[in-house]
Amino acid sequence: MKTALDVLRKLLHDPAAAAGLLIILLLILTAIFAPQLSTHPEAIWDMNPRQRLLPPSEMYVFGTDRMGADIYSRILFGARITMVIASVAVGVALLIGVPIGLISGWTQNWLGEALMRVSDIFLAVPQIVLAIAISQTLGPSIENVILALSITYWPWFTRLVHAEVRSLKNETFIEAAIALGVPTWRIILLHVLPNVASPIIVRTSIGMGFTILTASALGFLGLGAPPPAPEWGRMIAESREFLPEAWWYALAPGLAIFLVVMGFNLLGDGLRDVLDPRIRRAGARR
Amino acid sequence: MRISALILQRIAWLVPTLAGLVAVVFFISRVIPADPVSKLAGETASRAQIELLRQKLGLDRPLLVQLVDYYRQLLSGDLGTSLFTTRPVWDDLFARLPATIELTVAAMIIAVVLGIPLGVVSALYRNTIIDHVLRIVTVAGLAVASFWLALLMQLFFSMDLGWLPLQARITGFPPPSITGFYVIDALLEGNFTRLRNVLAHLTLPAFTLAFPALATVVRFTRAGVLETLQKNFVVYQRAMGIPSGLIVWKYVLRNSLISTVTQIGLLFGILLAGTVVIETVFQWPGIGAYAFEAILQSDYAAVMGFTVYAGVVFGIVNLLVDISHAVLDPRGTGA
Amino acid sequence: MAFATFSIRGSDVLAPGDNLLDVENLRVSFGTERGVAKVLDGVNLTIRRGEIMGLVGESGCGKTTLARAILGILPGNAQHEAGSIRFHGDDLLKMPRGRVDDQIRGRRITFIPQDPFASFNPLFRIGSQVREVMKWKSPRRPESAGRGMFGFFSRYPRARRKADEADAVEMMRTVQIPRADEAFDKLPHEFSGGQRQRLMIALALMPQPDLVIADEPTTALDVTIQAQILKLLKRLVKERGVSVLFTTHDLSTAYEICDRITVMYAGQEVEMAPVDDFFQRPSHPYTVRLLESLPKPGRELREIGGEIPGLINPPAGCRFHPRCSHATEICRIDRPATTSVSAAHDLRCYHPVGTTVLA
Repeated sequence: MKTALDVLRKLLHDPAAAAGLLIILLLILTAIFAPQLSTHPEAIWDMNPRQRLLPPSEMYVFGTDRMGADIYSRILFGARITMVIASVAVGVALLIGVPIGLISGWTQNWLGEALMRVSDIFLAVPQIVLAIAISQTLGPSIENVILALSITYWPWFTRLVHAEVRSLKNETFIEAAIALGVPTWRIILLHVLPNVASPIIVRTSIGMGFTILTASALGFLGLGAPPPAPEWGRMIAESREFLPEAWWYALAPGLAIFLVVMGFNLLGDGLRDVLDPRIRRAGARR
Repeated sequence: MRISALILQRIAWLVPTLAGLVAVVFFISRVIPADPVSKLAGETASRAQIELLRQKLGLDRPLLVQLVDYYRQLLSGDLGTSLFTTRPVWDDLFARLPATIELTVAAMIIAVVLGIPLGVVSALYRNTIIDHVLRIVTVAGLAVASFWLALLMQLFFSMDLGWLPLQARITGFPPPSITGFYVIDALLEGNFTRLRNVLAHLTLPAFTLAFPALATVVRFTRAGVLETLQKNFVVYQRAMGIPSGLIVWKYVLRNSLISTVTQIGLLFGILLAGTVVIETVFQWPGIGAYAFEAILQSDYAAVMGFTVYAGVVFGIVNLLVDISHAVLDPRGTGA
Repeated sequence: MAFATFSIRGSDVLAPGDNLLDVENLRVSFGTERGVAKVLDGVNLTIRRGEIMGLVGESGCGKTTLARAILGILPGNAQHEAGSIRFHGDDLLKMPRGRVDDQIRGRRITFIPQDPFASFNPLFRIGSQVREVMKWKSPRRPESAGRGMFGFFSRYPRARRKADEADAVEMMRTVQIPRADEAFDKLPHEFSGGQRQRLMIALALMPQPDLVIADEPTTALDVTIQAQILKLLKRLVKERGVSVLFTTHDLSTAYEICDRITVMYAGQEVEMAPVDDFFQRPSHPYTVRLLESLPKPGRELREIGGEIPGLINPPAGCRFHPRCSHATEICRIDRPATTSVSAAHDLRCYHPVGTTVLA
């Protein structure tokens, strides 16, 4: 069993993973300290028609948007939205998906099969399609986006955990524990869970990346947080009508998304290499 | 298991899954306290008018009854009527299907035809500059928001350089419609100017849509090839002096293809998901753009129809993947 | 099936007693994360025409590396530091790669792998894999035939193909594959382990090679099958006058089939003797202990104390010295040179057991 410090040290040896970790730390700090870091903290919801669509300058690092607000500051505050959506959605998906996976992987009876079939339902279409259907009926808001994303992501955890538990059940040390009469809940908590922790952690990191992409796609389609919230996807959608002149308008939020998702992907890859190079990818990579 | 048995089993599974899918969306849209009827009725409607509308739409009946009714409706092939176009959703979808298929097929071809060789090369030249560059590009490719990439492509190739058209499937009149696929129709017509026009319009959307799929193909092919290169039959063929080009491109590739084919299901999911956004940005008149417009118009029937269509298509593709998997691996499924 | 053809070419003509294969002072090391492993430390090995040479040693002694070095298929992180591998008098290490790939490997020197289960490509029929080998390695193939582009687009003339196929079926009958004519259409997993190894023997003999390198060919098989395979292999190579380099860690197998035996320890060859001499008059302390460690009824198990050394920082001089009861100062400094114990019985030791050393 590796300790967290061991993992951290190995991670830092891998330049790509270290870069990923750094990016995510920056993201968290930015989200927390957005007011301090931004140049126009009060003005992100400003309506300042005289300053609209100004190119990047000393005063407006990434230029201004169609309302005249500073894009740089909006992006910083948008980091909060991104972090909240991603962490809560993935967190909820984890909390739903892992227990279901544990149960369905462990039980040999109809319950396990039934649970897997239920998860199949949510995997019948690509995540964004279902998220669109759900968000659209519920209306655009951050909470609805989180709901839609967590509902569509939990099956990935379930599948992962299910596969791992199934194969672990065949391991000799589990058979021994059962033979010794150790109660099931203890086996699951003390023996099974630590062993599935690694794939879950990797999947969480990569899941954050993909959730951010889907969330910003929803924002782009108009299904995310309503204006004037500085959601990155929506900012890109707004910029469309002002291209190609106001190129900075589209570039900056997109770069932010790219950077953040890169960070989570790199970290996820690095974690996978460190935690267990033999980790089977249960199902697909997402 | 025999192929026919496999098909039947899969189809038998598809139906309840789709039913479950419909039920999920249905319940969510009715259970969460957001009243669709008052939204439909408009802001100025009175309570009485809202209730009337509710009764008219049958939305005052018990949920389960509504759901069963919807199933009955679906089974008769009726996906509802679009609130916006006032045409049956099915007709709308069907009319736009060729455009989306053309785009998706083009993207799939790009992803596979470019991706597999790049993946093999990346594996062969492991840890050299080529490999590192490819790995960075593929990781980046999976981190880029596709709608953003689409905008950037438009910005760069169309607005800045003017090399490729900005949007739509064609400038001017489409070729006489035989298949609905402009590329094929233009070929059949023999009109090469139009063909070039069509291909030019197809290029940007197809490449943008293909990008994450391409990155995925390269990664998986690389991993598959690296793993296969360790196998004993590769050692044996090297030991017996079989030309290494043959070993890699005929034997190793064939062995790693099995896992690549399995990824096609995943790839297709990526492409399908991407069509909504890509078609919107490039004004490509396909089903994805239709879904976007339906969102804008709060056209619930259309969005539901789109969801069901996606479920069916996805299910069929996965079935095809399973079949080809069984065919490609003569050891039989589960070997 | 025709017997081995002796091609007449300058350096080819061997007088009786000349060596077919002459490995001299071969030094190979592998670069690993933990350092450079000195896997082969100046190894000498000779194989005469028509003889079966056993290469015996425990896991990790370097016998597989030596076999692969001769074939020229060492992994990318391997370094040739010194030495030569002379085949028919020509140094394979100095030959142009293309010529080794095309003319030597798979043609003059063939290979029987340890694992018959995984050494066939599971997705291609046996016939197609056999045809592939014959396309490039059949004795009928003219030396001028090109390799096309990366092996693609090269011709396989119909006449030759038919003749090769007929020979292949004949060979499969010789190795006792049941229903040989139908075997072509079968997939590898439809054959048993023993049958697959017999196919491997067939494939190794079809090109009419001078030397077959068999890398522990019976280790992965059931004991009852092992004897069959060994008998078959011995008969076929003796009939054809083909030499064999037979690596194994199992002394009893070596006894069954080999004419001469070379013992390796930790990357160094230590003793080389004709098989009877080897078992009756072992002279190197390691060999002696090895033979003693074979279980004998009525006697308790004897083991060799100590452990096999790591190859990254191996013991200097003779690598067996830490475990050797005869070791003295010089053993720790200089590796002993080759000396003769008797005719055809060579040794690398300062303190051989028993017999006096002849200069």
